[in-house]
Amino acid sequence: MNLRQLFVLRRSFARVTDLFYWPLLDLFFFGFLSVYLGRREGAPMIAGLLLSALILWDIFFRVQQGISVSFLMELWTRNFVNLFVTPVTVTEFLVAMMVWGVVKILITATLLTTLALLLYGFNLFTLGLSLVPFVIGLIIFGWAVGTVITAIILRYGQAAETLAWSLAFLFQPFGAVFFPLSVYPQWLVGVLLLMPLPHIFEGMRAVLAGQPLPLHHLGWAFLLDAIYLLVAWAFFGYMFTLARQRGLLLKAQE
Amino acid sequence: MLLGLIAPTGGTIRILGQEMPRRREAILARVNFSSPYVALPHDLTVRENLVVFSHLYNVAEHRRKIRDLGELFGVSHLLDRRTGRLSSGEIARVNLVKAFLNDPQILFLDEPTAALDPEAADAVRTLLMRQRDERGLTIFYTSHNMREVERLSTRIIFLHHGRIIADGPAEQIVREYGKADLEEFFVALARSEREVSQ
Repeated sequence: MNLRQLFVLRRSFARVTDLFYWPLLDLFFFGFLSVYLGRREGAPMIAGLLLSALILWDIFFRVQQGISVSFLMELWTRNFVNLFVTPVTVTEFLVAMMVWGVVKILITATLLTTLALLLYGFNLFTLGLSLVPFVIGLIIFGWAVGTVITAIILRYGQAAETLAWSLAFLFQPFGAVFFPLSVYPQWLVGVLLLMPLPHIFEGMRAVLAGQPLPLHHLGWAFLLDAIYLLVAWAFFGYMFTLARQRGLLLKAQE
Repeated sequence: MLLGLIAPTGGTIRILGQEMPRRREAILARVNFSSPYVALPHDLTVRENLVVFSHLYNVAEHRRKIRDLGELFGVSHLLDRRTGRLSSGEIARVNLVKAFLNDPQILFLDEPTAALDPEAADAVRTLLMRQRDERGLTIFYTSHNMREVERLSTRIIFLHHGRIIADGPAEQIVREYGKADLEEFFVALARSEREVSQ
């Protein structure tokens, strides 16, 4: 399955654009913005905060897309039925898409991290080893969201394909990605903390500010990740069964 | 249902002695499928597509297999061309290469000649008949072309609103219903349905 994605990457301009063009535009935008704000406000930390948030956000978003867009590609090319009459199981299909999501972010994040260092003098690895659990936490949540989107597309067909690009952005203003939780009204904070993203990004900001890794945020992030991923898999399994019962697997690519 | 894409509402399906969908993976490793209503990814070359499906079917020595099948179905010269740039006749033959990759014991072919001109359709039919005879292959073949059905099939099943209304060799069906050939039987069936609905 991933071999197929690699072949596409070699030949599809649209997929290369997904991988490089949009992340690079984001990097340039936030990079120059942080340079400007850093000079104006006299807050050199701002570049680190914005660029770390951007790169980590991109990890979540690309992993989610790695799953849902890979699935959509099979529908667009009418290859979906061909795949599901091979001995490949649904679990193998899902795992292959999850792995592809990780491969994609390895490529994109390496590029962004290198350019952030070269152009803006920001080294993401100042987050040190604490970067690892943050990244893992984001990957797992990206898998969960991507799996849910895929399940919805499976049930409602290509009419729901816009979710592959839009749903993740719902988490951007409410995930404490670029600004701290203290910005939100108090009543909302409790609700937002039911998502792993605010825990991860709060943790990132704490480490950048020179504080020790906030283990309680990390613990909550992983616990919530595990719950969301299990729920996402169960939801996908339910939708797949429903699709088989209603003959939707044949109609999905129409 | 036979390929596990739709769940049956009742009854059981056994293919090659195994229950579908309970033994789905084991069954699907020994069968294959082709239809003009599904496609191989158009942005990959023919070879890339066949390599991907070789892996999905766990085909040993897939390079040799692709080369041999390419020669057999006359698509060797197309292997490095993008699938999206092929004509419908070429695509039909490439789909058949894909369908034979895992040396299936049963082949499900959904109107494999539907999009082809008469000459290309005849070439595909001849190839299929030769493979059927040489490999002892069982082919489930759906078609609205009654001449094709008559030529290819040893047993024909007419499904009408989900029910079997005729089942047997072409001569038997034609004899039972007092028709000149399958085409006449098919047309009479379609007309009777129209009259009932009116």
